Amino acid sequence: MRNTCLDMVYELAKRDRRTIFIGSDLSPGLLAGMKREMPERYYMEGVTEANIIGMAAGLAMEGYIPYVNTIATFITRRCYEQVAIDLCLHNLPVRLIGNGGGLVYAPLGPTHLAIEDISIMRALPNMTVIAVCDAAEMKRMMECSLDWPQPIYIRLAKGGDPVVSRSELGFTIGKAIVMREARTSKPVVLMTTGIMTTNCLAAADALLADGIDTSVIHFHTVKPLDEPTVLEHAKGARLVVTVEEGTMIGGFGSAVTDLLTSKNGGSYLPNLRLGLPDVFPAKYGVQDDLLEIYGLTANQIAQTVAIALNKEKMVA
Amino acid sequence: MASRATANRIVQATPPLDERSKHLRRLIVRALDGGGRGHIGSSMSLVEIMRVLYDDVLRYRPLEPKWHERDRMILSKGHGCLALYVLLADKGFIPIEALDTFCRRDSILGGHPEAAKIPGVEASTGSLGHGLSFGLGMALAARIERRDTRVFVVMGDGEINEGSIWEAALCAGKHRLTHLTAIIDYNKVQSAGPTREIQDLEPLADKWRAFGFAVEEVDGHDVAALSSLFRRLPLASDRPSTIICHTVKGKGLPFAEHDANWHHKSKIPSELVSQMCAALE
Repeated sequence: MRNTCLDMVYELAKRDRRTIFIGSDLSPGLLAGMKREMPERYYMEGVTEANIIGMAAGLAMEGYIPYVNTIATFITRRCYEQVAIDLCLHNLPVRLIGNGGGLVYAPLGPTHLAIEDISIMRALPNMTVIAVCDAAEMKRMMECSLDWPQPIYIRLAKGGDPVVSRSELGFTIGKAIVMREARTSKPVVLMTTGIMTTNCLAAADALLADGIDTSVIHFHTVKPLDEPTVLEHAKGARLVVTVEEGTMIGGFGSAVTDLLTSKNGGSYLPNLRLGLPDVFPAKYGVQDDLLEIYGLTANQIAQTVAIALNKEKMVA
Repeated sequence: MASRATANRIVQATPPLDERSKHLRRLIVRALDGGGRGHIGSSMSLVEIMRVLYDDVLRYRPLEPKWHERDRMILSKGHGCLALYVLLADKGFIPIEALDTFCRRDSILGGHPEAAKIPGVEASTGSLGHGLSFGLGMALAARIERRDTRVFVVMGDGEINEGSIWEAALCAGKHRLTHLTAIIDYNKVQSAGPTREIQDLEPLADKWRAFGFAVEEVDGHDVAALSSLFRRLPLASDRPSTIICHTVKGKGLPFAEHDANWHHKSKIPSELVSQMCAALE
């Protein structure tokens, strides 16, 4: 996904002279072709995140479209005020590409885990927040990114993630994709983002095997949230479940819940939220290890949903 | 401490404020009266720097503020905005009457400048330490386009406590951006007190030189000296420039000069407005 994303920056740069790449202190040889062919639009500026954001803003004020890349925690937490003031207040078309969204950097520990990137980025006015589910969708998203008028935070996954997106479903920033539509009325609806879409599709298979018909809706764009799609599918759902690889405080699930409560007059709607608890993960291992610890593997998602439905049945 | 000796030598013969400098300061007082508040000391120290930039140095078109070939001037110490506002009014970017609305609900002139609201303001500033990176990006854009636009970034001495300024200085030095000029309003008093007590910057000129800038120091209230030095830009043909302007916080108001208590005032009473006006006659 990361390679696809950066390759696309190079492709866009060939097509459009406004495209600029700015990295911090990334791999040697990264985008070597772009560096060689268009050195005035390729920058590697060292570990100066606050400066890089301001520099990107200055370029964008002059009509350029900078794609800025470094590790997700550093491009969000480290320079949050620069992102807020330089990019969002000025509403500039700068793209922030965050490596290792969510739990990807599990072996590197909590300094590198982007557990709240979605939450803090979506809190900023004018910011668009995107987490695609695989490399194929990344390519489609990048095609749309050039002319999007506002700043974008792009969360990257680990790389080599299974391709579950389908080109025939298209890609429009701000428009969710129904990846799997339940065939019965009052289904379970899994609403999710990023690579959790893959886990949710597998969870839906497992649930169907138990006779639980399930829709899966992929919100590659967390902000602006596709509100009509949320409301359309929540209406008549037996249970709405949000699933995210990030803190549940202020993240994707919060966005959906805020919408459902505000539009539903505060009345009860069956709603289950899955994501990370309010802790810094204490274990290492690999991404899947941490996903398992926090109940976000496909089987765990299916089990949690089944248990919630049983409880609902018992209450009824 | 060589730089302090340099500073003492440089400011020995500051000429008295002429009528134009007093007029611009009276406009600042007019805005302070209108808003009932403002960063007085921080604006008064900037007046001659802004005056010389807008009178003698910058290329701009007041009726076409986004003219592509203009020079870019970023007031990174956004709290000094009154000194910018009065020049923008003086040059016709904004109506002079706008000064009376300073900080009021529907005004375009807030306590810090916003690019989206005020013609002639390049970037919204207020939070410190942002401007030099903006300028770096603008200067790189000019280089890409082979455009001879010059970029000026005006910073405060308290402001350059910020680490982001030194990140930007590293990058600007690396890129050898000759058309980028950093200007320091070195009034030696930040909000909490004297800079030498709060966060000493010395040896300041040596620091900028070490980051790859050509550096000159000047009396920041000496209009002729400022004008002469700005006309010499770039100071070197292979690196960005820094001009350290030795200034006086609250300059022109004897009761406010060098006094951190005049960094910002709110609820300014009419008697104080009268006192400031009297000092500027």
